[in-house]
Amino acid sequence: MTVNAIQPRRAAADAPTGVRRLLDRADVPELRLLRGHRSLFARPAPPRRARADLISLVERSGLRGRGGAGFPTATKLQAVAENRGRSVVVVNGTEGEPASRKDATLLQLRPHLVLDGAEQAAAAVGADDIYVCIDRTNTGGLETVGRALEERRRAEPGGASITLLASPPRYVAGEETALVHWINGGDAKPTTTPPRPFQKGVGGRPTLVNNAETLAHLAQIVQYGPEWFRSMGTDSEPGTMLTTVGGAVEKPAVYEVPMGLRLADLLSAAGTPRGVAGVLIGGYFGSWLAPPAVEEVPLCNEALRPLDSGLGCGVVAVLPADGCGVMESARVLSWLAAETAGQCGPCVNGLHAIATTFNELARGSGRSNGVAQLVRWGTHVEGRGACRFPDGAVRFLRSALALFGHDLDRHASGFPCEGARRPLVLPARRTVGGWR
Amino acid sequence: MRKQLVVDPIACVGHGLCADLFPERIVLDDWGFPIIDPREINADLAAHARRAIEACPTLALRLAPAARRP
Repeated sequence: MTVNAIQPRRAAADAPTGVRRLLDRADVPELRLLRGHRSLFARPAPPRRARADLISLVERSGLRGRGGAGFPTATKLQAVAENRGRSVVVVNGTEGEPASRKDATLLQLRPHLVLDGAEQAAAAVGADDIYVCIDRTNTGGLETVGRALEERRRAEPGGASITLLASPPRYVAGEETALVHWINGGDAKPTTTPPRPFQKGVGGRPTLVNNAETLAHLAQIVQYGPEWFRSMGTDSEPGTMLTTVGGAVEKPAVYEVPMGLRLADLLSAAGTPRGVAGVLIGGYFGSWLAPPAVEEVPLCNEALRPLDSGLGCGVVAVLPADGCGVMESARVLSWLAAETAGQCGPCVNGLHAIATTFNELARGSGRSNGVAQLVRWGTHVEGRGACRFPDGAVRFLRSALALFGHDLDRHASGFPCEGARRPLVLPARRTVGGWR
Repeated sequence: MRKQLVVDPIACVGHGLCADLFPERIVLDDWGFPIIDPREINADLAAHARRAIEACPTLALRLAPAARRP
């Protein structure tokens, strides 16, 4: 077998030419059914052994993970394929981030595209078991994917075995070691690394965990080719991305945009009639950025990293000019503290202390050294958990202090922002459910 | 091989013995959990490090190959 032997099955001329790729013709209900989907996409070949040609195709595409870390997908595929024994593919459709609904939207509109991507990934790494994990509160997604799997079993028997699982609705449950531990029968909580899932995952086998959107891109790369994929986006972050735009915008929705699009262009499409006091990029795990500079920022990790920010799972949430960043941040910090898996001392205690103190300051009842304590606790908590959850919480805290520190001081001395009594605009989610 | 002290944050429950036994490299945070100085452990400190490792009631401490830092 020669590397690079595989060619896209369909001329790129038939590929979507607009910016909507994953969501191309998303309003055509037939495409949600297998028959309609197969009129556009060839059935993935069943996995026999790890397929270097598929990995090489993904490598040439430059695809990076869309779940938060932005890691090169080909490197991840290669690491799993290199390990001995039959491997496992886990489709991560958990989406525990309260402000995000791009994976739920994608699973609802294009379930077969995600499942094709999972089968292609299984063929690439030599996996014969696929697990699709969807947050159990996403009943629509579970129904749609359940139906899609029924269609595939009837019309396309054989191939990898695909199991649909309803996972615990906790933010940290979507972290890859947590998901693997849960599939193995444990709590959906992160485990000590190493080993990482690519070394020892589901059933002790090498395991590839990929975000649902990442796999949908992979399916399109196999179908239309890496050159087509690279014809949008930036050199280092090619392709399009799904972004959930929310907060104080006229048209909150999931948008598909080229990687590297100027944020201003996205905001003008979504409409910001109340003005913009700040933009939360990357969701509750991300960071606040201030206008006007933020509006010139291209939506890609390369441009955001120097700002101590990142795309995360692609959330863009707008704080209106008449809103209160202090109250919004206080609620997010409370949510983060409640979402700790409760395993690592610095995370459990640190996030609780940070949320409590921030909320006290926001209500004007904090101690005078409160802000200094927040800064100190931030440095104490960062890097000291088994997973990166506390690091994300601290990054959010830092950005809140950088952008709203002055407002927080005023709140603390009894002079809250005018907007402090207005309804909060960031989507909230209550912490519910256990870890099984 | 160059070694550094690492703590398994899930196994650690904050007994705090390590900070008493190896204050050269371990201090406790506000909640009694160890903050470990990431510098490598040289021969002079190896005995103290081992004493802290052996005393940990939850076996949360170990010496690991030093991480390469940019």
